[in-house]
Amino acid sequence: MDSALFPKGVQRCSMGKFFLGLSIAGAVLLWGVLGLFLCWIKGLNQTNMNDYYGFAIWIWADLAVIALGGGAFFTGLLRYIFGIDELKNIINFAVLIGFICYSSALLILAIDVGQPLRSWFIFWHANVHSMLTEVAFCLSCYFAVLTIEYIPLILENRQLDKVPFIHNLTHNMHHIMAVFAATGAFLSFFHQGSLGGVPGVLFGRPFAFREHILVWPYSFFLFTWSAAAYGPCFTLFITWITEKISGKQLVKDNVVQLLAKISGWMIITYIIAKIADTVYWAMVTAPSKGFALMDFYSNNALYGIWILFAEIVLCGVVPGLILISPKLRANPTTRLIAIILGVIGVSLNRWVLVLQVMAVPVMSFDTWALYYPSWQEVATTVLPVAYGVMMIMISYRYLPIFPQEVELNPIEPLPTETVTEIEVDKETAEEAMVSEGEPAPAQA
Amino acid sequence: MKQAHGKTKKFGMVIDLDKCTGCGTCMVACMAENNVPFRKDETDKRLSITWMQVYKLTNGKSYPDAEICYLPRPCQHCEGHHSGHSPCVSVCPATATDYDSETGIVSQIYTRCFGCRYCMAACPYHARYFNWWDPVWPGDMEKYLSPNVSPRMRGVVEKCSFCFHRYQLAMEKAILEGRHELEEQEYQTSCTQACPAGAITFGDLNNPEHKVHQLAQPDPHHHGRPKNPKVFRLLERLHTNPKIYYFSSKEWVRRAGDNYVKDESKSDHHE
Repeated sequence: MDSALFPKGVQRCSMGKFFLGLSIAGAVLLWGVLGLFLCWIKGLNQTNMNDYYGFAIWIWADLAVIALGGGAFFTGLLRYIFGIDELKNIINFAVLIGFICYSSALLILAIDVGQPLRSWFIFWHANVHSMLTEVAFCLSCYFAVLTIEYIPLILENRQLDKVPFIHNLTHNMHHIMAVFAATGAFLSFFHQGSLGGVPGVLFGRPFAFREHILVWPYSFFLFTWSAAAYGPCFTLFITWITEKISGKQLVKDNVVQLLAKISGWMIITYIIAKIADTVYWAMVTAPSKGFALMDFYSNNALYGIWILFAEIVLCGVVPGLILISPKLRANPTTRLIAIILGVIGVSLNRWVLVLQVMAVPVMSFDTWALYYPSWQEVATTVLPVAYGVMMIMISYRYLPIFPQEVELNPIEPLPTETVTEIEVDKETAEEAMVSEGEPAPAQA
Repeated sequence: MKQAHGKTKKFGMVIDLDKCTGCGTCMVACMAENNVPFRKDETDKRLSITWMQVYKLTNGKSYPDAEICYLPRPCQHCEGHHSGHSPCVSVCPATATDYDSETGIVSQIYTRCFGCRYCMAACPYHARYFNWWDPVWPGDMEKYLSPNVSPRMRGVVEKCSFCFHRYQLAMEKAILEGRHELEEQEYQTSCTQACPAGAITFGDLNNPEHKVHQLAQPDPHHHGRPKNPKVFRLLERLHTNPKIYYFSSKEWVRRAGDNYVKDESKSDHHE
């Protein structure tokens, strides 16, 4: 029914199957919207946050999706600034994932604040010394950049592209995309960093506080570095999921391996820096404030030393070593394990630097503050996941996200009676023939 | 910054923990004075707004050596390691909390706060409270609200202001009388006046004639650290530079005010 909107030379599932998938994700999304409106209308008393635990699960989700969405700026940087041409075959998807992650992050922030209608005060009454101010400015600007990067992809839709003005606009936007890629990388460096600075500057919280270089705590640099390192893991992970669901190979193996290799080296260098930072913090910074390392990992039900091991060794050193090893990287199973561990690793890092900071007591007579989220919090945290699934479904169906898809999945001639069943319309087939199997140009 | 018509003040407190009985009068007085809202069910204390909170400390020993101490904790009005670099003020993205260099009081601008709660995360004393609900005053209680203090709406952070409205009223009166300086007793917080044991002393830490200065003996060369060996500040090692000083004759109480790694003596870090 909607096959005229499909990219040239590709097959898509039936409309019924597509709507069934959308409905399932949509139901989850509606559940999230219910939680969202309850928080907006009734207030944050709908959550299980309290005066000890003022930052909670969705702030972790916020930081995690921003880190995972880091694949967009880093892949853009590699593609457009460092000129690694192979990455043109995955940059569209990286941009789409980045767009989803950052729009989700902004939505989460809009739910999280107690007076959402005053959110603009952060710009109007800006305190330039606050890391959160820097986050707000850079995050908003970078989201605008991602939108600009995503627009040409939408305009590449087969029907829209037939309009000469749109076709030319898209063409011209591609030409200047390097400027936006560079801007995006610059903005990302600062907002990823300033998110790291958010806990790093808390000199009243020895668990979070890190020493500084000028005004920037070490966590500033580590956050940027980790987003660049682990972000591509998330891009590859979502690519793998999309391939499994669509039942097609969408990106060539050499592209996946190249991005995995770059990610691996970034993870290894990051984790060395992270270990150095952790050792200095444990041996010098925390003791100078009266805390031994194990004070942060004892006498509570959740935060044992296992979390430090899991973050740094299991989900840091291990995936890094796998991805820099040509043999292990080439093996799809070990590569996938490394990618998943990487995604967990960076999410765990954000968890620790948001939620564990709240949990650790500072005054000697205070106690650990543990918390579990209310269903409204869970629903609003799951909301971006459902939104992301729907965005990917719609974008994949109607937009040429994967330039290598046509080449990797040529439409074979089928018996006449089955053609009608799979709804490959005549126009699609004709246009596929006209294109002679030539892959669609990369967009960003 | 120098005050236009007088000396720079640094208002602070000395709380004598030997005198505090933990009766909670300071908490009640504070709530009544500052229109602090409460709910029908206050069982979850981490949702209760208590600008002044009394903690119960124990020495961890069994009978007959067990000892307890009550420690009232208002906002510490931290100055930080340089003027105005309080843990909370430095992080607020919308300048909704500020450090007044003329009085040393950390303010909270309720109508500017948009409820991000970053200041709460920054405060190691848990002196900041979020309005999870809109305030509801039972029956005719609304008639008893203080007209000098604005009630706060849902979704913003609030905290102890050192009864700043009392300072404003006292200054207005003084200026009308042609003075620019206040007498020590002209500006006192409600908790100070309410304490039946007289455990709280309030005044200008910069003024050697004020009792707080004499009790705390703040060392201006070490960010106000007390010279009096029986006086301490909470979490001195974090360099928050608070203006609440605690007096105790007991070593274990003074030691409870900070954190120490195993086998570390208090004198190891003091200099």
